[in-house]
Amino acid sequence: MSTSTESTNPGGRRRADRAAAPTATGSSAAGPGNTPLLELRNVGITFKTTTGDVEAVKETNITVMPGETVAIVGESGSGKSTSALAAMGLLPENGRISEGQVFFHGEDITHPSRKRLIALRGSEIGMVPQDPMSNLNPVWKIGFQVRETLKANGLPHADKDVVQALKDAGLSDGERRMNQYPHEFSGGMRQRALIAIGLACNPRLLIADEPTSALDVTVQKQILNHLEKLTKEKGTSVLLITHDLGLAAERADRVVVMQKGRVVESGPAQALLQNPKHPYTQQLVRAVPSLTPEDIGAADEGDAAQEIVQIKELVKEYKIRGSWGRSTQFRAVDEVSFTIRKGHTTAIVGESGSGKSTIAKMLLGLEDITSGTIHVDGKDISTFSNKEWFGFRRRVQPIFQNPYGSLDPMRSVFRSIEEPLRVHKVGDAKSRKEKVYDLLDRVALPRQLGDRYPNELSGGQRQRVAIARALALDPEIVVCDEAVSALDVLVQDQVLKLLGQLQEDLGLTYLFITHDLAVVREIAHDVCVMESGKLVEVGSVEQVFENPRQDYTRRLLDAIPGKDLLEV
Amino acid sequence: MPDQNSTPDTAARGPVMQPSGREVPVAEHFVAPVLDDEGRAGIETQLADKPSNLWRDAWSSLRRNPIFIISALLMLFVLFVAAFPTVFTSASPDSQCTLSNANGAPTAGHPLGFTNQGCDILARVVHGASASLLVGFGATLGVLLVGILLGGLAGYFGGWVDAIVSRIMDIFFAVPLILGAIVLMAVPVMRQNAGIVTLAIVLTIFGWPQMARITRGAVLEVRSAEFITAARSLGMGKLSILFKHVLPNAAGPIIVVATLSLGIFIVVEASLSFLGIGLPPSILSWGHDISAARPQLRTNPGALFWPSLMLSITVLSFMMLGDALRDALDPKGRTR
Repeated sequence: MSTSTESTNPGGRRRADRAAAPTATGSSAAGPGNTPLLELRNVGITFKTTTGDVEAVKETNITVMPGETVAIVGESGSGKSTSALAAMGLLPENGRISEGQVFFHGEDITHPSRKRLIALRGSEIGMVPQDPMSNLNPVWKIGFQVRETLKANGLPHADKDVVQALKDAGLSDGERRMNQYPHEFSGGMRQRALIAIGLACNPRLLIADEPTSALDVTVQKQILNHLEKLTKEKGTSVLLITHDLGLAAERADRVVVMQKGRVVESGPAQALLQNPKHPYTQQLVRAVPSLTPEDIGAADEGDAAQEIVQIKELVKEYKIRGSWGRSTQFRAVDEVSFTIRKGHTTAIVGESGSGKSTIAKMLLGLEDITSGTIHVDGKDISTFSNKEWFGFRRRVQPIFQNPYGSLDPMRSVFRSIEEPLRVHKVGDAKSRKEKVYDLLDRVALPRQLGDRYPNELSGGQRQRVAIARALALDPEIVVCDEAVSALDVLVQDQVLKLLGQLQEDLGLTYLFITHDLAVVREIAHDVCVMESGKLVEVGSVEQVFENPRQDYTRRLLDAIPGKDLLEV
Repeated sequence: MPDQNSTPDTAARGPVMQPSGREVPVAEHFVAPVLDDEGRAGIETQLADKPSNLWRDAWSSLRRNPIFIISALLMLFVLFVAAFPTVFTSASPDSQCTLSNANGAPTAGHPLGFTNQGCDILARVVHGASASLLVGFGATLGVLLVGILLGGLAGYFGGWVDAIVSRIMDIFFAVPLILGAIVLMAVPVMRQNAGIVTLAIVLTIFGWPQMARITRGAVLEVRSAEFITAARSLGMGKLSILFKHVLPNAAGPIIVVATLSLGIFIVVEASLSFLGIGLPPSILSWGHDISAARPQLRTNPGALFWPSLMLSITVLSFMMLGDALRDALDPKGRTR
């Protein structure tokens, strides 16, 4: 909560009381407790491009009080990161603050001098960047990179200080960790190292730009818990940038919702969530699966439904090449058995590396089966001849994750959707054309989209095209491999609804691979939970969500951001 | 704690909501006024005015690139000269040579003067264009065929196919193009059959690894894309995926390298002919003329200057065209 924490700064490890920090008197003559730490007043940010100036952010007001956590929420391209970067003077070359003012603790830092900016960064404003994989320099040891930060801000930088910073960020054996390179760290550990760097100089404000969006939910929860504890202790204010409204509401005191470069709504997290006023926020709240679960997809007919796919003791082993031709076996999928009911959605959930995608690939015939069997309609797919495989592929079609990689950029939308029909020699040119238009109608895309190329389409539109392509051959089973994970929530909601509608209309069977349990609750009928290649829990959605039998499942469920807000 | 979330002077201040009862700090709940174009986040159906794809984008950026325009005009000029030499001169390049005209100054109908052998320089320069271009285009075609096929197979199939092709590529890379061509052209069989086709084949033999390497790289980049996996799960064969999906996506860099190679091959042809081991003397070539004009450089510089100028213009136009294409087709080099 936003209490005055100026006097209760326990982080005096390196820095004495900071209350004496020089502050130019701002426009507000309020007392020290009432001066916002960061204030964006009516800020507009303009980018210079070859086609003229583009105003990316307009009339934006964001205030962060001392000790407060404020979250900026918005979809990609809404200007949330740009606003935060502007506060730190980190806009790209072609961007500038064209309007309004930025205040840091009452001091106008809209156009700071270079010197002042360098003084502000690190020691006053820290940053945890988004991608833990690319934001650590791979050729330097972690310890060196933390030390660099301390040194740059004129703080003691002996080994013990570095170890302390790493320990604060939750890397307990700091002595060993500081001598390791980034590639020896897991994603979560790297993010901790970045947090260590961001907080090393006890900044008064920490800007965290999607700090956990690349991590598994359970890791995300740990990291955010730790970040919260740390910033509470030190009295640091946090500006959290996220696309996840559930996460924002759970972690922040106040939430700012941005759309197309404007703040559409801002207020206390709870109030905003329970009583959104702006139509965009209302849509957003409705679309977040973890906040308002709704049932998408065909009605569950219970056990009466026929089992279309039976998977028995499925094993996939990969050879990992060692030195001198020695190789070891790695079990990506370890004796997995489950069944998929016709006309229903079976979801496989698990963290990255749990082997869930490998199962999908084996069902699609893209990977060989090491042992075990997959029966589809009672036929063992591993005994198929090439010709049988060709016929079988008409019945099982995939939809992939990356809307930017799943369509051939050199082909028009029409030709992409038509291709399955051509490959399988269905109909003549005229009937194919009708079929393609029919499919475009089905996925709610205008017909004139046919002659466009993928680079002109948005992520949601591309995913619709991918769905249309998958449906071209009237398959019975559609394998969705993280099909909605890369989409913004509103678009994700639309695509999920479309998938549900199609299931109802066409009686499709879905195998839905995802890491997002909130999505599972919306769309799936049956759930398989996987952990490091093994199936740990199988059951109906109700069973698994209401009454998880395994610890692992429980942990996954607990980690859904914004979950607790539902019960409020 | 009061909250200055929206400054008092902002017109865009919405209704203030009072959170009821709870211990929540009394903070302002700011709501922006609803604009016409928002709150309607339905299915996006708006489209850009004009359809665009890689080629159309490239074309629109090329059209505004002066380097492209100049080089394209020069190239068209050279092609025109090669195709219709008689438009530029009515004199014959070799049958009307009379020694009485040796090293003669320009006269009416012979604006560039005469060579040491008494041949019309303009006629020789104009008629020499076709040989250079034929060798250049022939070798480029050969390099495209061999390079794309081997590079594409190596990149797409990987494993031992890649290992073998890559090692062969390394071996050929180690031999400089000109040196390799000199050695090969000195082989008796080649000497006896010397001609445009032979020279193009020799240049192909030593020129393909460049193209294969570029193709292999481009194919490796595309190969793991999800649309390739989608094509595989459609049941498409490996070769048809290679030709229908992978190679079209690698076309950009291939075209760029092909244009640049064309210029290089023309230079190499001229160099070999200059050395007397390229085209046989019976075929007109700028390289021959430059070589033949050397002894009279002081007395008759025009005989050396004009074929050299034509050669430079031709090579420059292809090189500049290649650069302009690279800027337009290679997204990494694009300055946006």
